[in-house]
Amino acid sequence: MRARSRSNKWLIYIPLTLAAFFYLIPMYVMLVTGFKGFEEVSLKTMWDLPKGIRFDNFVAAYEALAPYLWNSFNMVLPAAIISSILGSLNGYVLAKWKFKGSEIIFPAILFGMFIPYQSILIPLVEFMREINLYGGLPGLVLAHIIYGIPITTLTFRNYYATIPKELIEASRIDGCGILSSYWHILLPISAPAFVVVIIWQFTSAWNDFLFAVVLTSPSNWPVTVALNNMAGSQIIAWNVQMAGSFMAALPTLLVYIFLGRYFLRGLMAGALKG
Amino acid sequence: MRIKRETLLSVALVTPSIIAIAIFVYGFIGWTARVSLSKWKGLLPDYTWVGLDNFKGLFQDPRFHIDIRNTLIFTVIFVIGSLIIGLGLAILLDQNIKGEGFFRSLYLFPMAISFIVTGVVWRWLMNPAMGSRMSGLNLLFDTLGLDFLINKWYTTPTWGIAFIAIPAIWQMSGYTMALYLGGLRGIPVELREAAQVDGANEVQIYRFIILPLLRPITLSAMIILGHISLKVFDLIVAVAGKQLPLDVPAIYMWQVTFDGYFFGRGAAIGILLLLSVAVLIIPYLIYTLRTEAEV
Repeated sequence: MRARSRSNKWLIYIPLTLAAFFYLIPMYVMLVTGFKGFEEVSLKTMWDLPKGIRFDNFVAAYEALAPYLWNSFNMVLPAAIISSILGSLNGYVLAKWKFKGSEIIFPAILFGMFIPYQSILIPLVEFMREINLYGGLPGLVLAHIIYGIPITTLTFRNYYATIPKELIEASRIDGCGILSSYWHILLPISAPAFVVVIIWQFTSAWNDFLFAVVLTSPSNWPVTVALNNMAGSQIIAWNVQMAGSFMAALPTLLVYIFLGRYFLRGLMAGALKG
Repeated sequence: MRIKRETLLSVALVTPSIIAIAIFVYGFIGWTARVSLSKWKGLLPDYTWVGLDNFKGLFQDPRFHIDIRNTLIFTVIFVIGSLIIGLGLAILLDQNIKGEGFFRSLYLFPMAISFIVTGVVWRWLMNPAMGSRMSGLNLLFDTLGLDFLINKWYTTPTWGIAFIAIPAIWQMSGYTMALYLGGLRGIPVELREAAQVDGANEVQIYRFIILPLLRPITLSAMIILGHISLKVFDLIVAVAGKQLPLDVPAIYMWQVTFDGYFFGRGAAIGILLLLSVAVLIIPYLIYTLRTEAEV
């Protein structure tokens, strides 16, 4: 019985490999198209490998998308860092300094993670107009920071909850207050949680479309809006769109390839499973 | 005395976030609710009270009927597809095989990509052109002799929206797999061994022991996937642009508000989306936090 199941084990690789093909198809098409020369490109041969490595499509896509890629970077970095810092402070208080009402405040903050943003979009636009942040990147950064607070708070709270109470209590006996306990005890061991949260925020702000499309004017578009616009227009050829899609996906893809383990942890936090 | 001062300080630390969430989440929801009960149609705000007229108008609007139908079809296919593929892959990966980490990362990487990129690529993969202009997956099927699979994808009359679920499943089934795999890893080995001692075969072990234990994971996954599908927006826009047969509430909301300036109706759609998500999420939040507190 056991021997038979072992000898049949290779059968498992058939469905696993088929699934791998399914997940790789879009990457394959993006890459083989991207590396073809302009004269080779044709919808008829879209599955064929390129005859050599050419960068025509990437150069053309970069020329079209470069300013928007930079907009994305400029928006994503402050958004990810600031909302992580806020999440860390909230998580610390909600895990280690519970006060009256904190058990209501936590789910009330978490709910913000799930709301469909259509239900706050009109006030958000009106508000940004009112404070003169409409159309530019700072307004978009602000939106990502605030709507990022729930997930960053959740992740940090779950992380700090695993740290023994005794550690904080010992530091208090040594005369540490709430701020110095955070600074001397928790912050130095927060690196793993910061990595998870910053990756998560980087990815979700980079990939966002809805906030970007309603809050920014064309010159401040992040790459998602520019790419969608490029795909919707008939002017830019599909092969350049493929190369552009790859460039728009590359930063988060690299983050995933090199820091995937942490990314997975961030995902699990999103499922409320700390 | 010191305790009191520290309580104040701890409250002070979270106050900026609480204020931000209070305004940007709850305040804005209230504001949207107010707009949904107003006459506002045009560039300038008009808060004249019209009661539930915007909601009534919406439910009498054939376009909104299409939206509800499309959302239901999309949700059913997307959620069930992701659950089946996710569970299947998780069970396969749970068999102690070599290369598990490699396959796991491979299945999960679409999660890192934006719906816009996914949509733009799948727009070309699902190119509906036929005959000599055939391309994308249809061309691949044609070359491989799988002609019966050739179809019109998202331009299929009536059921086009179902095909939009394919790229959505592509993107989210790996995530569902990761959830299930986490659940499978949480099941004690002793349980399986005990069943084996009792003479249960692999299929029986899954059928009677493992699958029932995975029910909470299925519930979480359904809720997370379900709330994504209620909000689906950018994926459809990137695959097909904005066209009526593939319309969903989020696209209608965007167009009626920011292209049509009918803010009252846009706000009503926003509120309806919020209510449908809240029905899913609030019991889930209460349940999860309560079980967490019990542990």
